[in-house]
Amino acid sequence: MNSNIRGAAAVVGVADEVSPSGVIDVPLRELEARVITSALSDAGLALSDVDGLCTCTGGTLMHSVELAEYLGITPRFTDATQTGGASYGLYLEHAAAAIAAGLAETVVIVYASTPRASRKRGEKGLGVFATPERLEWETPFGVMLPISAYALAANRHMAAYGTTAEQLAQIAVDTRSWATRNPRAHLRDPITVDDVLGSGFLAEPVHKLECCLVTDGAAAVVVTSAERARDLARPPAYVLGAASAASHAMITQMPDLTITPGAMSGPAAFEGAGVTPSQIDVVQLYDSFTITVLLALEDLGFCKKGEGGPFVADGVLAPGGDLPGQTTGGGLAYTHPGAFGAFLLVEATRQLRGDCGERQVANAQTALAHGTGGVLSATSTVILGTEATL
Amino acid sequence: MSETFPVPAPSAVSAPFWAATEKHQLMMQRCESCHRLVWYPRALCPRCGEFSLRWEQLSGRGVVYAVSVHHRAAHPAFADRVPYSVVLVDLEEGVRMMSNVFGTPPAVGDAVSLGWVALDDGRNLPIFEAP
Repeated sequence: MNSNIRGAAAVVGVADEVSPSGVIDVPLRELEARVITSALSDAGLALSDVDGLCTCTGGTLMHSVELAEYLGITPRFTDATQTGGASYGLYLEHAAAAIAAGLAETVVIVYASTPRASRKRGEKGLGVFATPERLEWETPFGVMLPISAYALAANRHMAAYGTTAEQLAQIAVDTRSWATRNPRAHLRDPITVDDVLGSGFLAEPVHKLECCLVTDGAAAVVVTSAERARDLARPPAYVLGAASAASHAMITQMPDLTITPGAMSGPAAFEGAGVTPSQIDVVQLYDSFTITVLLALEDLGFCKKGEGGPFVADGVLAPGGDLPGQTTGGGLAYTHPGAFGAFLLVEATRQLRGDCGERQVANAQTALAHGTGGVLSATSTVILGTEATL
Repeated sequence: MSETFPVPAPSAVSAPFWAATEKHQLMMQRCESCHRLVWYPRALCPRCGEFSLRWEQLSGRGVVYAVSVHHRAAHPAFADRVPYSVVLVDLEEGVRMMSNVFGTPPAVGDAVSLGWVALDDGRNLPIFEAP
């Protein structure tokens, strides 16, 4: 498996930028540069220390190389793999492996996107779902992507396992409960299950309050070798295990709508880390929609397949619950600029450092971040731990 | 209907599928090596990697695998059909495709059979309805 990366690298610097209004009207490159230098400063490092760069947004051909030029760095390791919201956990996996293999020493992972500011300027979206196959075999049937795909998965899970609308809504309620403790969250008013169920539909059975935000934002993570990490400014969050997987691009091709590639990346990450789900103190699960969280909980082994509904029904993910989850307020209430994956890594690290103030999970020693990209298409699972877990 | 459904021109590999819709026939490829049906149309079998695929006509009978009732038109062609159902249908020959059911939404497990919506270029779009 991938146990050879256990403890070889650590997250040593993090930063993210969000806005109370949801709008950050700054050119993309400038926003990337800002959040990268903030994360390096957090680590006590400088751009001159960076020899690896991972990024895939911007819509151009060689984004990692273009950004490196803009920053004035000459990386010997770059990765611009695009697996949607799973890209950033995948980058951390690849960065840890590259560091373990001596291919890089200090790697920056960055994400920035300003869909709200772009919309205000009247710019059209990129049509990221408009592949030739989708245009021919899904678009003619009036799909709205990504929501239609997640709605089909939620419908199938409800029909197959008896999962209820109330159970799925509880995920949105618990996530919002975390957001009330985060002064930087976009939506901070508490909500109830009835609020969620009364919020209406674009595509049943996904209620509007079960859908992620569209906000501007940026996040960056600095990874370096464990050896170097020990000399830096902040307590390292060691990479204990990391794995990625992809099972399909279009929802039509997903083999079973209740099983995501998290059923591959999750067990691989746990095996590499040498821990079990019961040993995880806090989780950051990509919450594009509530069903994304429910499927992740099952596929990662926090509960059995089909039992996600009863598992979340009593607030297990909420503040004070047994499995605190999405402690920023998640993509549902904190920020969601198109891909939330990098923010999961930032928050997992902050929880392990004890930096989270009112939303801090007491004595968090292990944190899991799980990104989901596309239409449940690709996943990355990362398990981080404090020095005590090595 | 105010505007025709958003269906692109056939590709080289999908041309037989669309040509058959002009005669209200649902055609898919079957792998001559592993004998599995292949959906969507491709150059090779995604199960076994063989390039020998042969077109055959399907029954058009199936069962709803998943359904999502849509309350906003994703395209102007759907404006007078809202709410409409996006469905994944498991065809009885053992392959799954996306389609629509208009009118009363079906439930998972419901039997459905093939229907057609005319496009303005002579082709037809395969939809499903209660048998």
